[in-house]
Amino acid sequence: MALTQDAVLAGIKEIVVEVAGIDANLIAMDKKFSDDLDVDSLSMVEVVVAAEEKFGVKIPDEEVTKMATVGDAVNYIVANGK
Amino acid sequence: MGLNFTPVTQNARILSVGAYRPPRVVPNSEIVDRIDSTDEWIQQRTGIQTRHIADSDESLIDMATKAAEQAIARAGLKAEQIDAVIFATISYPYQAPSAATELLIRLGNTKAAAFDISAACAGFCYGVALANDMVQAKTSNYVLVIGGEKLSDFTDPDDRATAFIFADGAGAVVIGPSQDVGIGPTIWGANAETRDAIVLEPSYLDYKKNPGKTDLGWPNISQQGQTVFRWAVYEIAPIALRALEAAGLTPDNLAAFIPHQANERIIDSLAKSMKLPDTVAIARDIRTTGNTSAASIPLAMDALLKERPELHGKSALLVGFGAGLVYAGQVVELPPVPKN
Repeated sequence: MALTQDAVLAGIKEIVVEVAGIDANLIAMDKKFSDDLDVDSLSMVEVVVAAEEKFGVKIPDEEVTKMATVGDAVNYIVANGK
Repeated sequence: MGLNFTPVTQNARILSVGAYRPPRVVPNSEIVDRIDSTDEWIQQRTGIQTRHIADSDESLIDMATKAAEQAIARAGLKAEQIDAVIFATISYPYQAPSAATELLIRLGNTKAAAFDISAACAGFCYGVALANDMVQAKTSNYVLVIGGEKLSDFTDPDDRATAFIFADGAGAVVIGPSQDVGIGPTIWGANAETRDAIVLEPSYLDYKKNPGKTDLGWPNISQQGQTVFRWAVYEIAPIALRALEAAGLTPDNLAAFIPHQANERIIDSLAKSMKLPDTVAIARDIRTTGNTSAASIPLAMDALLKERPELHGKSALLVGFGAGLVYAGQVVELPPVPKN
């Protein structure tokens, strides 16, 4: 079954809460990882690795640098997930 | 006709550790202006508060000599008893002759086997692996393994990715014969496909091919932070656990974890991934020493033993990882209380 946007967003929320220790209610598609969610470039690596495991998708480093918002990450995973 | 001899072997261990940090302490506040950063930002990303930087007239070999002399004295040995020197460095400014032979001159022992190895931040653990094999096979009896770096010579103070990370220092161990096995099997290798992640360039030839071209710049270290962080945490944790298993230990009966001091966030993530219990002492010398590449593990070992003297003679998991990308890990018995 293909990944839905809602399912991926829910999964990303769990991961960001775990990595950055912030309130899940603050996390939405338009939030910026670095400015809004306190996820810096190194924490972003932890988010990405956890997302790869959770969704069985490979996210290359050059894609990570393009992921400014939660929506960027969710859309990449939906488009490239199984 | 085949060779007519019977190989003999012996056990090896680390007999002593020595360390040298240049006296000048540089806090983040001295670095931040040129890279438009803050003390808080640097501490959050790396854990580094201060580092030691050598003055321009203090050379890599000056630092290495002090660390080596301390290690030799602490082992209760004289310099002439050292029969091999392995020098791990990426910042000796000559291709030849080696840093190891310049160190021999300074130690007043010009006859020992001596060579450099280029394995960057894994260099010290590569050296321990070689020295262990050399002592075990009786190729040598007392091997000085030294990790020394003057990275300030090859760091761009305006580079926002590296200026606050790299620092100077030297650490050394003497590896020699032992009653018991004091060094476990080394787990090592490379991920050479990611060789571009940390580089020191341009090369000598770039200058030769472009005579008079002034915008080539000085050769400095550059690195892709996210790529290195990802590799260091998620590829190295399983390597470190394999080294532990190869030595017949589990995280529960390990006394100390002394990883290469690259970044405190890497150290934290490694410890978390490896599920190390609170009983394991974790070296965090990075906070006041910065990243000294090949020197970082022996410097951190010395600092940890100073802080926790009860760890003398206990087991420690060492793991080095860096430019190449290359890695090596092994469990060692920490040196006993120094003889001198």
